Amino acid sequence: MTFVELKSVSLTYRLGKETTLALADGTMAIGKGEFVAVVGPSGCGKSTIMKLVTGLLPATSGEVVVAGQRVTRPIKGVGMAFQNPTLMPWRTTIDNVLLPMEIVEPHKRRFRRHRAEYVARAMALLKTVGLADFADKFPWQLSGGMQQRSNLCRALIHEPELLMLDEPFGALDAFTREELWGVMQALWLEKRFTGVLVTHDLREAVYLADTVYVMSRRPGRIVMSRHIDLPRPRTLASTFEPAFVDIVHELRDRIHQEHAA
Amino acid sequence: MITGRTREIVQLAMPWLAMALFLAIWEVVCVVFDLPEILLPRPSRVFEVFIQRIDILLAYCWDTLWTTVLGFLLAIAGGVMLGVLIGASPLVYAGLYPLLIAFNAVPKVAIVPILMIWIGVGPTPAVVTAFVISFFPIVVNVATGLATIEPEMIDVLYSLGASRFEILRKVGIPRAMPYLFASLKVAITLAFIGSVIAETVGGNRGIGFLMLSAGARNDAPTTFAGLFAIAIMGVAMYAVCALLEKRMTRWAFRGQLVS
Ligand SMILES: Nc1ncnc2c1ncn2[C@@H]1O[C@H](COP(=O)(O)OP(=O)(O)OP(=O)(O)O)[C@@H](O)[C@H]1O
Ligand SMILES: [Mg+2]
Repeated sequence: MTFVELKSVSLTYRLGKETTLALADGTMAIGKGEFVAVVGPSGCGKSTIMKLVTGLLPATSGEVVVAGQRVTRPIKGVGMAFQNPTLMPWRTTIDNVLLPMEIVEPHKRRFRRHRAEYVARAMALLKTVGLADFADKFPWQLSGGMQQRSNLCRALIHEPELLMLDEPFGALDAFTREELWGVMQALWLEKRFTGVLVTHDLREAVYLADTVYVMSRRPGRIVMSRHIDLPRPRTLASTFEPAFVDIVHELRDRIHQEHAA
Repeated sequence: MITGRTREIVQLAMPWLAMALFLAIWEVVCVVFDLPEILLPRPSRVFEVFIQRIDILLAYCWDTLWTTVLGFLLAIAGGVMLGVLIGASPLVYAGLYPLLIAFNAVPKVAIVPILMIWIGVGPTPAVVTAFVISFFPIVVNVATGLATIEPEMIDVLYSLGASRFEILRKVGIPRAMPYLFASLKVAITLAFIGSVIAETVGGNRGIGFLMLSAGARNDAPTTFAGLFAIAIMGVAMYAVCALLEKRMTRWAFRGQLVS
């Protein structure tokens, strides 16, 4: 069943007289519970796709459909995480993670009265990412990797049907990044939300995704969609196996073509 | 070797040492060059007068203080409201910002005579002038705090389904707090300037009035005693604001200033 569908979506940014065609033809269909990755050259419109899917930007032409509904304004209850963790420095980690509960229905209505229950839920989630001891620390008391973990918890706490990740591991060191792939995969295997991950790291894309979309240079189009049928759960060791490496090379070759073009 | 503890004591003592040095040099200069008192009274003489006339000084300090603080509090209330409006709505921003700039460019001394025509002499012009002069930095800072929220933070909240009001409450207001408190330090100093100007131009009470009338009598030590009084009140109120800032917005200092 298709959950997110882009039908020849284009987007032009307007700044006064200046116009930038960021996305020329975005067409993709993402199944419910599917995890897709979007890769492509810098500036090709990946972040733009994220904003189109969540309705933060209206499409210039074409149609975005999420859960059978045409998207015309911001859709509610989506989990989002960016490269920059955007935690609120005046809230402790646990209060940052609880933020969606104060906004998304039906939690919003119940939050005050059932706070303890929600705190327990947030603590359980923090524990799965190894942050149980840091719940009462402020974001600026955490390392970059820890902040990004909290950010992921905040995106997931309300168990969204749709999770949008825009290079969330981009700013992390290789070890932390690979560790978080594992965390992400485990969470996805457990909750089976629909996920869209933008990344520059092809190993990351192949490790996490069911389908990897490759985009052309700006103005972006989808030039390749590669189904990844490697068994789950995937391990770090499996990323060095021939089957995995072959897919990474295949994707890399396609992106090189884009750079050469 | 300077240990941490001694360094701390030295740091605490530094402002007092600097002030003592400044007063000492002043005293010496007056004595060595034998300056007439009407030109520049010796600090020791100013202190003498300060003690002698402490009653009237305290009474007039009180006048200046309450008018200043009242104007300042009104400026906080109005400034936060207008700042939030301007920072949250591009439309209000476009409409009011140029007006505010123009308003701020008007020298505040010029409005005191007008105020006197409208409301007569007394404490009211001082309150109004303190308000008018300290209003602007508060508005600008609060608006800046709101306008500089990371767009990604807003994206996260919008896609959760937050309304504009919720975004304002959850991110806008907390984020504007450090900006507000930073502006208060500037604003309180300006508020003193405002009320003293008003007292000088058209008051019948307050330190400004005291200094003006002492000046007219060529009573330089009293004028200087008034100056000292304003300086002391200014520093004290600044300290209150700085303390408040530290207390209320600990997170903005990343815990550095408060250990
Ligand atoms: N708000 C904006 N106003 C004008 N142009 C924009 C805006 N946002 C993005 N663009 C332009 O649209 C194009 C696509 O931007 P987008 O952020 O989607 O790229 P991206 O694929 O996410 O790049 P990266 O991998 O570097 O993050 C870029 O050329 C960019 O200059
Ligand atoms: Mg991007």
